[in-house]
Amino acid sequence: MSAWNVVFLKEVRENLRDKRAMVSTFVYGTLLGPVLFAGLIGMMISVMLERSEKPLELPVIGSENAPNLVAFLRSQGVEVQKAPNDPEETIKRRDADVILRIPAAYGEQWRAGKAATLELIVDRSQQKAEQSIRRTERYIQAYAGQTTAQRLIVRGISPEVIQPILVADVDQSTPQSRSGILLAMLPYLLILTVFAGGSYLAVDATAGERERQSLEPLLINPVSRGEIMFGKLVATYAFAAASLALSLFAFSIVTPMLPVEKIGMIINFGLKQCLLLFVAIVPLGLIGAGLLTSVSAFSKSFREAQTYVTLLIMMPAIPSMIMALNPLKPADWMYAAPLISHQLLIEQTVRGEPAVFWQFAASVGVTLLIGAIVAFVASKLYHREQLAISA
Amino acid sequence: MIELNDLRKTFGAVKAVDGVSFVARDGEITGLLGPNGAGKTTTLRMLYTLMKPETGSIKVDGVDITRNPDAVRRNLGVLPDARGLYKRLSARENIEYFGRLHGLDEATLKMRCDALIQALNIGDIEQRKTEGFSNGQRVKTAIARALIHDPRNVLLDEPTNGLDVMATRALRQFMLNLRGEGRCVLFSSHIMQEVAALCDRIVVIAKGRVVAQGTADELRAQTGESNLEDAFVKVIGSEEGLSL
Repeated sequence: MSAWNVVFLKEVRENLRDKRAMVSTFVYGTLLGPVLFAGLIGMMISVMLERSEKPLELPVIGSENAPNLVAFLRSQGVEVQKAPNDPEETIKRRDADVILRIPAAYGEQWRAGKAATLELIVDRSQQKAEQSIRRTERYIQAYAGQTTAQRLIVRGISPEVIQPILVADVDQSTPQSRSGILLAMLPYLLILTVFAGGSYLAVDATAGERERQSLEPLLINPVSRGEIMFGKLVATYAFAAASLALSLFAFSIVTPMLPVEKIGMIINFGLKQCLLLFVAIVPLGLIGAGLLTSVSAFSKSFREAQTYVTLLIMMPAIPSMIMALNPLKPADWMYAAPLISHQLLIEQTVRGEPAVFWQFAASVGVTLLIGAIVAFVASKLYHREQLAISA
Repeated sequence: MIELNDLRKTFGAVKAVDGVSFVARDGEITGLLGPNGAGKTTTLRMLYTLMKPETGSIKVDGVDITRNPDAVRRNLGVLPDARGLYKRLSARENIEYFGRLHGLDEATLKMRCDALIQALNIGDIEQRKTEGFSNGQRVKTAIARALIHDPRNVLLDEPTNGLDVMATRALRQFMLNLRGEGRCVLFSSHIMQEVAALCDRIVVIAKGRVVAQGTADELRAQTGESNLEDAFVKVIGSEEGLSL
């Protein structure tokens, strides 16, 4: 058995016996993502459903001034309510989203054929109220439009005269592609898993060994430091990969339970998608393991290593966050850029788009190449004289 | 046999080792005596290839350590100053790990493990996880781990540090047994009595230099002191950092 294999097996065996390593790798790193994801998505869906399905509650002041308008609103399913005595205060207190006031002059203006004035009492700074306000405006516009058409017809003019342009929306999105908006955070959660999954082991295997004074005796063995480093790197990578596999499995169980189809979306997270995602993401673990091992070899103490590692794990979030705020149009070069290519491949896969071979090959190839370079740097750091000497 | 010739090593402005030369022979116990901070650990670290000397050469059984460090390591058994064990592995698993890194086959590994566990009298703890071991149990396990490949040369850096009387006595007897097997034993200590009682040859180090070396009789003759401990103090120039 080669020496790196001996090191690898020892690291795996030792960490499997370590409760903290197991919890950190397979609970925090792995299951927290799917649980968080399901919780947030579930909440978003229920909020969206509630808003769109619930009848609009609209307190109206002076409903006797415009019985036809009120009847129209009722026919559209609006729940017309009696208005409170202090409408402005009610809005300020956020007890209602919107209140409609029909002034006494409304009927007179209407009959005279003048523009009749309605007042909407709102607070535009209230995001929560925005949807109710927009719905109210839409109903009133619809009533106005209907009235306009009737008045034109009465005068023998086609309503099309005042509608020179009609815009028809030809939406190319599919239920799958619309899910992408909801799934913006999925890539980050998965990429995080493959970094975080090996982090405990990486810190423990180098900085931890030095702190516990066992690295010096280990390095006296007739084995090259590069080979010792490689065994530890492979162990870190193995934990990261196992963590990713478990996480994907958890996602594939959790995702079908989400009622996404109720809001017209479809998320694909079956066995095929799991395998594709694993193939796409797992090479990133090599970069992760190399960086973690480097940081662990470079830092002077266990605590210092932990601090760096915490920062390091945040790093892959940067492209995800930028792309969530400012979605990029996929270009060919992006599939050769780690993290960006992973973001794209994850999104495409869960949207159910067919896998394109060259895109996967470019991403996997470039990522493994960079991973090899990072691993080489880690082995250089392992050759430093200070490595074994614990303060 | 271990030959050191004019070793030097500086850390910044500090000359940790400043021209150390001596020879440790097979079938003898050579003691490296010096106060704390004299450069004993740095000298040994260069000898077991963890650090590179700035100048000077080291030969182990005639092989230059810079030319073939792996061959040298195969002929050295080292109990370094850092003697951490893997606490989630049992004593035997700790020992086996190093044996496998030496490339021992499973049959040899088992034989050597059994022999060392018996010689060091740790049969009662071999299956226990090393977490919570006493100092003595820890040092014995670390020694077994260091000698798993049956090396001709044995280096022990302050082996009795932190041990109780019983464990110290057992360890001294073990070192005498190693000498009896014809091995070259080199150990460092700041305890004068221990060096006086065990060593065939003594190398006294202070401030990174060898200030005296020879057998106990030669040291007494050199200094004109009839008491070996007085001789040590005389050549070092101070009692500071030494223990009786």
